[in-house]
Amino acid sequence: MPDATHAFPHLPTLPGVGYKPQHFADIMADPSPVGWLEIHAENYMGDGGRPLAQLRVLSERFPISVHGVGLSIGGEGRLDPDHLARLKHLCDWLNPASFSEHLAWSTHDSHFLNDLLPLPYTNDTLTRVADHIDEVQSVLGRKMLLENPSSYLAFAESTWSETDFLAEIVRRTGCGLLLDVNNVFVSATNLDYSPQGYIDAYPLEAVGEIHLGGHDEDEDDFGAPLLIDSHGREVVDPVWALLDHTLGRSGPKPLLVEWDTDVPEWPVLADEARRAARALTRVLA
Amino acid sequence: MTCQTLFRSGLLNPAAPVPDGLTDAQARPAGRRYGVYRNNVTVSLREALAQGFPSLFGLIGRENFDHVARAYLRQSPPVSPLMMHYGATLPEFLATVDQLGHLPYLGDVARIDVAMRQSYHAADSTGIDATALQALDEETLLATRFRFAPSMILLRSRFSIGSIWQYTLRGGAKPQGAAEDVLILRAEYDPEPYVLGSGAGDVVQALQAGAPFGAALDAGGEAFDLSALLHLLLSHQAITGLDT
Amino acid sequence: MSKALKTVAIVGAVAASLAAHTTTASAQAKEKCYGIALAGQNDCAAGPGTTCAGSSTVDYQGNAWKLVDAGTCVTMEKDGNRMGSLEPLDRDLPQG
Repeated sequence: MPDATHAFPHLPTLPGVGYKPQHFADIMADPSPVGWLEIHAENYMGDGGRPLAQLRVLSERFPISVHGVGLSIGGEGRLDPDHLARLKHLCDWLNPASFSEHLAWSTHDSHFLNDLLPLPYTNDTLTRVADHIDEVQSVLGRKMLLENPSSYLAFAESTWSETDFLAEIVRRTGCGLLLDVNNVFVSATNLDYSPQGYIDAYPLEAVGEIHLGGHDEDEDDFGAPLLIDSHGREVVDPVWALLDHTLGRSGPKPLLVEWDTDVPEWPVLADEARRAARALTRVLA
Repeated sequence: MTCQTLFRSGLLNPAAPVPDGLTDAQARPAGRRYGVYRNNVTVSLREALAQGFPSLFGLIGRENFDHVARAYLRQSPPVSPLMMHYGATLPEFLATVDQLGHLPYLGDVARIDVAMRQSYHAADSTGIDATALQALDEETLLATRFRFAPSMILLRSRFSIGSIWQYTLRGGAKPQGAAEDVLILRAEYDPEPYVLGSGAGDVVQALQAGAPFGAALDAGGEAFDLSALLHLLLSHQAITGLDT
Repeated sequence: MSKALKTVAIVGAVAASLAAHTTTASAQAKEKCYGIALAGQNDCAAGPGTTCAGSSTVDYQGNAWKLVDAGTCVTMEKDGNRMGSLEPLDRDLPQG
């Protein structure tokens, strides 16, 4: 398959959505208010077929953000060279407007666990993550964005706050950040700190993209609320309020609505994107 | 033991204790909070298998499938971050599950599920113009070797796997117990399994192994219908090259 | 007609019947983008919270579960159909 002709150097400060193949026809017919799309890199690493054919068609019309979910940047082992090569192949072919990955690990002793697993924030993990990001940016030949995780527990050995850890990663590697405000809300609730305080301590100047998503509610052994980052429903009002707080400090940013489980019909997702568009309008006013 | 080795140790082993050093905000042991990760790993892999093996799922139902999937994913977690490939060894695993011993065809039907995914993600290719075959003289034609689309996959079984697959996912007549060869073909982007007629599986297998057309036809036997096989292959753009 | 000549005639006839078909197939490629997608995707969503799916010990030690009657493997066997207990046919399959 020849290279896609992708001519969008940046994500626009418009709402985007996580692309789901079942929405292809709707998006081609009328994407408004969506101005860009995000794909999960691993779903486009086959040799051919419909996924790549769809991506090629979409990339001619929309800026595309490639969002990796399997590189295991926080892993103790070395980055999987085969997977890094696949990412390079995809990015070289697509020339996406953005590439991002997670502050998490998912591969251990060559087993892929299909979840974004947490790491403690220490000097050792900081060095390791920074080295891995250096390697990614060097191999891909492009700047990447790093996303903050949803946390369900804390590590006794952590010596850095998450915001300081991320700021230091940015300083050492020159990478940008993908700020997931739902993840901030989930982690802050689960670990009992102020989500606004997190945003105020966060290096907003490095943010290239903001994620929004829905979460589920559960509780821990002591009956305390335990929020789960399920991406399976609408974004809740307190997260929209946290977005307003964030945009008030950061200015307008590309906003992405993620909906990965129990994916709704297109009009429901488009309504969420419309709400994101209104948040951008408010901050521009 | 490293931090991640310790964290990993309990993810797929419910008998393992919650690792030390994991807490809530008040520094109390993490308990069920660690269970969130256990669930994420287990359920995400189980659902990937449920979606990737629709005919196996339909054959044994949700409850049985969940037991089989959980046993499999604990024994064989993915070895690649590409979930599109996960479960390739599940068909062999089924043969080790005592409860399924009376359903000996399950593994071969599950191979259709695996092959459908392989075909779906296989490289694109273009079929030859059918007239290219027509243009060959007799001697050249019989000595010609065929190249096939990467999305074409032949499955041969002692069981009526194609009919069982069809019955389970699309309904229709109950399968009868007879051996079937299934050829998965993808004309554009949608793979489809076809049950081959008598001898056609032998011919396709010989052609795939590189036998010249004439020699491959000898494998087909008396009841082999060349016209039907050629029509199937050419109309699905499955023949991608001729080595004359 | 010799076997070889018969073969050539069949190939010619099939090829002729398909000549028009194959030339139009690729023109439809773009429309085919609209078809269904196979499931089994990577994503970054989290699972079902603290349900017991990940902590169940039922399957951890061997085969400590009972098969329930469910799925088409049961309905296929009804009315005397012999699918479920089918003996492998005596057939020497080449390994392919």
